[in-house]
Formats: sequence, structure tokens, C-alpha cells
Amino acid sequence: MVNYIIRRIGYALILLVLVSFVSFAIIELPPGDYLTQKIEQLRARGDRSAEQQVERLRQRYGLDKPFLERYVNWAVNFLRGDFGESFEYERPVSEILGARLGYTVILAIATTVFTWALAIPLGVYSAVKQYSLGDQIISVISFIGLGMPGFLLALIVLYFAVILFNMEVVGLFSPEYERAPWSIGKVLDLLSHLWVPALISAITGIGGLVRIMRGNLLDTLGQPFVEAARARGLKNRTVIWKHAVRIAINPLITILGSDVFPSIVVGSSLVAIVLNLPTIGPVFVDSLRKLDMYLAGTCIVFLTFMLLVGNLVADLLLAWVDPRIRLE
Amino acid sequence: MAVAAAPAVPAKRKELSQSYWSLVWYRFKKNKLGVFGGILLIVLYVSFALIPEFLAPYALENRSQFVEAPPTPIRFVDEQGRFQAPFVYGLERRVDMVKRLRTWVPDTDRKYPVRLFVQGDEYLLLGLIPMNIHLFGIDADPREARIFLLGADALGRDYLTRILYGGRLSLLIGLIGQFLTIVLGMTLGVISGYYGGPVDMFVQRFTEFLAAFPNIPLFMALSAAIPNYWSPIAVYFMLTIILAFLGWGGLARQVRGLVLSLREREYALAAKSFGASDRRIMFRHLLPGTTSHVIVIATLSIPGMILAETALSWLGLGLRPPLTSWGTLLQDAATIRAIRFTPWLLWVVPPILLTIFAYNMLGDGLRDAMDPYSGRG
Repeated sequence: MVNYIIRRIGYALILLVLVSFVSFAIIELPPGDYLTQKIEQLRARGDRSAEQQVERLRQRYGLDKPFLERYVNWAVNFLRGDFGESFEYERPVSEILGARLGYTVILAIATTVFTWALAIPLGVYSAVKQYSLGDQIISVISFIGLGMPGFLLALIVLYFAVILFNMEVVGLFSPEYERAPWSIGKVLDLLSHLWVPALISAITGIGGLVRIMRGNLLDTLGQPFVEAARARGLKNRTVIWKHAVRIAINPLITILGSDVFPSIVVGSSLVAIVLNLPTIGPVFVDSLRKLDMYLAGTCIVFLTFMLLVGNLVADLLLAWVDPRIRLE
Repeated sequence: MAVAAAPAVPAKRKELSQSYWSLVWYRFKKNKLGVFGGILLIVLYVSFALIPEFLAPYALENRSQFVEAPPTPIRFVDEQGRFQAPFVYGLERRVDMVKRLRTWVPDTDRKYPVRLFVQGDEYLLLGLIPMNIHLFGIDADPREARIFLLGADALGRDYLTRILYGGRLSLLIGLIGQFLTIVLGMTLGVISGYYGGPVDMFVQRFTEFLAAFPNIPLFMALSAAIPNYWSPIAVYFMLTIILAFLGWGGLARQVRGLVLSLREREYALAAKSFGASDRRIMFRHLLPGTTSHVIVIATLSIPGMILAETALSWLGLGLRPPLTSWGTLLQDAATIRAIRFTPWLLWVVPPILLTIFAYNMLGDGLRDAMDPYSGRG
């Protein structure tokens, strides 16, 4: 077991270095860099000293050095906890991401809890009461949710909220609480805004989960051990939740690992952009667009890191939940 | 009697030897949702990709003074309550002093009848036939009055026209991209499954690497790398290639898995013992065995490609104006200001959703139908 974990971590580290290198190289691909865009901007504004200013910045960020040297510098500093400086914000990357990490985590947890708390009971219900009216309604809804792209749904929700109910659903706080210190009122205000992104993620995320839960439970319910449990005279409730669901839930644990962990870094960036949420996602997308490479690179490395950690955690959880699984 | 019985025997024999595809078709026809999805897709592709010029009342870039005019309702009852042939009112500029907004209000003095097959802007139907007939329009000088069924955008262009034209790029990117994915994925999948060795090694590691990469960021990073001085058409094809390049891995893996089992089947061994070349075995005998799976996977992944284009263009990383696609139209529609003041720009969303659901329905129906020996239904 320990051996297995060590090997997985070693493999993950190699992959992480590779991914960080490739993402750095991809961001490097477009002709010019952040500063060439900046020069054009300054020139357009008629700034005469543009060249000198930019030259100074170029040296400060080390953009005059060759690609490999820059990568190695950044990577070494990364390990020391210095993620470089964002060109766009002219502040350290760690500061920018740190300020938004809290909300991102809150949002990720809220949406996950909401989605899963809905999806699992619905999936179980629709398997136990197969072909009932409830099952059919759930199936149709999950079918729609499965194909529904989150950012379009966010637009639709926004439309109805603004046009029909004249509500402000953008952002995570009302203007009066934006800069206020934490208080009960601010928490309540946060909750009153949080339901919109949570609902959107729930509708788009629930479809797949319900389908998988339903299919698996249907397979499990037909197996002899469920029959045996029934024959022993256990209550129907116990048979389903303690015997069948415990086995049928396995694939969902894998999804939990590969979905939820990365979403802590850039959970549904597109929805966040539409709803103007102060999470990491929008900053990340913007940094890719503006070739703000240290910021984008840091995000990608963390994202991959979360993905790998998530997969590992999922595998370990799986082995713990289902003793039949042996990790090699 | 004997005459009637005679044809019955061959008919029965014919039924016994029904081909795989006729069984698939038979089963598919019974799936109402799947058939509906298929028909919907045909309608969508014909109207958005084939003949938008004819269906749209104006030309794509035809600007007018009617900046951000709201949708024009088609009326049957005039201001005196008399019922008459469909018509629209002219538009008059008003300034709303309370909201400090310039708006357009109907001018009940000017009435323009709505006609079918009117003459208007010239175009080439299917890129070949010069025409100037449009499905519908109004009898008026376009400088004086226009019909905007879905409103107008910030340059006074008819939004229905823009959605119709925009569908062409968005719908075709899914088809072209998926075609490239299939060619790449099937070829590499078959080779990797049949030969194993270095090709297999490459395909396996490459797809694992792509899977380790966060998906959307990779799209975005690569499309950000498209130089912005390229011509719009070059950008379009580059974007298609990027989408295909990132999509082939999964398909290759599935084909590889199928080929691994197919190559041990008797018919493959028979072909080999007859001295067929490797290439013939791979592409003549093994590849057809994977088609049904590939068709299903492809149908279900086209919506992902269309959405990727839409999302990327919306973010300003994909197609750019002057190219008009659903994604570039979303750029104008998806802002708080637009939702508040020009909500009709959101009309671009329904066709996108319709396309996605149509593909999902068709794909679902095909998946069930492709396995006709399963004995269900």
C-alpha cells in the first residue's frame, strides 16, 4: 500500500513537471509577449517613453532571457513558494490567487454538497422505482442537464432574474457588503447570492451522476447478495442503503476525485465569468488571453496538481470503501 | 393460391438474411426521440448551413439606421381594430427621458405589408446561383423601414439574419472537426491495436498525457496561440484542427480496444491465413467492425465541439469578427448591459441548445440501435 502510494506520487511529480513545461511552452507560442501588447497600448495612448518603460519591465520580468532559462528560473522559484509576478496586475501571483482562493473553495464546496445531496437520493429513487412516473421525470431532467452547457444556462438564469424578477444575481455580494468586514449580514448576503451558481452547477452536474447511480444500482439490485440480504428478512431500507448502494456508489467516488478537486482551483470558470464571481476561474481565463504567463502557468500547475491528487484520493477511498479492490 | 404463395417464400428468406445495417435502421426507427433528433438536425443543417441567405430577410452585413431596434411584432389587427393581412408598423425614434434611453416605438401611420418571396439583397444560393428572392420581407424601401423579427444589433443589422448566417460556421466546425478526429483516431487506433509496439506506446502515452491536462485550459491556451494577424479563414481552420487534435485520443483508445479483440476473431485469422496484407486486414476487415461504435461516439461528441467553438469565440479566443458564428454573436449578447437593454440578442442561445439536444437525442437513439443482437425491444 505504502509502496503503491509512493509510486503514484513519483509518477504524479514527473507528470507535473511535464505539464508545467508544456503549458509554459504553449503560452510562449503566440508571437510576441505580454509586453508587445503593452507597447502597442502605450503607443496608441501617445506615450513617448513607452519603449523605455517596457524595456525596464522586460528586464524586471526576465523576458529578455531565453525560454529555457526563464522556465528553470520560474520552476525553481515555484518550489520555494514564489510563483512569479503577474504582468497585468503588477503584483505577485500568490497574492492575486490567495485573495480569490477562499471564495473559490467556498463555491466549490457549496456546489459539490448541493449537487451530490440531490443526485444520490434521486439516482437511488429512480433505480428503486424503475419506470415509475418519478423515474421518468428524473430521467428527462437529467437528460436535459447532461447536455446543458453551464455558461448558457447561467445566461438564461441571468436573463430571467434580470428581466422577470428584476434581481441582482451577479457577483457574490451586494454592493453594500462588497467591502464591509465580515458580519452575520454579510454571510447571509453571501448565501443569498451563492444559490445561483450552486443551482446552475447542480442542474448541469446532476444529470451524469443520476444516470450512473441509477444504472449501477439497477445492476447491483439484481445480484444474489441483495437477494440474500432480503431473504434474511432485513428491512427494505437497510437492504438498499447498507448493502446495494455501498457497492453501486464506487464509480461516483472516482468522479468525485477527478471532478471536485480540480474544481477547487478553477471550478466552472465560464459560469463564473457570466456571473462575475470573484473566483480564480475568470482571472485564469483572462491571463491566458493576455499572455500573462506566470499567472496562467501557476494556475495550470495547481489545476493539474489537484487533478492528480484527486485521482489518488479517489483510488485510496475506493480501496477503503470496497475491500475487494486491491491496489497494486 | 399457388401464385400468392410463391413470392412469400423468397420474402421470408430475405427477412432471415437481413443485413446488420437494415436491422439497425429497423430498431432506430422505433426510437421516436432518436428519429426526432435526426429530423431536427436535418432541418437545422439545411436552414442554417445550406440556405440561410434565402431564409434571412437581409444580407449579413446590411447595416441600417435602426440601431438596437427591438423585435418587430407582425400584426394582423390595425389601430382601429380591423383585421387584415399581416403587416408591420414603421419605427420612430423616441428618447425616454426617465430612463435616459433612446428607443424605437411603432409609428402607426406607416404600415408595411409582410410578403413572402420578396426581392431584396442579392446573394449566391449555395454559393452558385445568383438570386435576390428572400423567403419573407416587407414591401418598403430598406432605408425607410425594415422588419426585425428578432430585433437589431448595435449596427442596425437584422439579428435573425445574423443568427441564421452564424449557424453555418458553428454547425460546420462540429462536422469538419469530428471528421478529422475520426480519421486520426481510427487510423491510429487500428494501427496501435493491430501492431502494438512503438505506435501503441505513443498513442497510449499521448492520450494519457492529454487526459492529465486540464481540458478547457488546454483549448484556451492553444487557441490563444493562433496569431491574431492570420486571416479569419485560417483562424477558422486552425481552430477546427485544434479541436480535432485534442479529441482523437479517446476515440483511438476505444478503437484500439475493439481491434485488440477483433484481430483474434476467426475471420481475421482466416484473412491472415489467406495471405492478406496487414493493411488489407486492418482497413478492410478490422476497421468496419468498429464503425458502429465510432459513429455513436462521434455523434455524441459533436455537440462538445460546437460548444467548444461557441465558448472560445465568446471568450475572444476563437473566431473573431468579421467572421460571424454563434460564439461571436454571444460576445455581444452575454453582458449585463446587453441583457438589461437588448435582451433579444439572447435569441442566439435557443438554436445552440436545440442543436446540442438534437445531437444527444440522435446519438442516444443510435447507441441503442447499433446493438441489434442484444434482444432488447
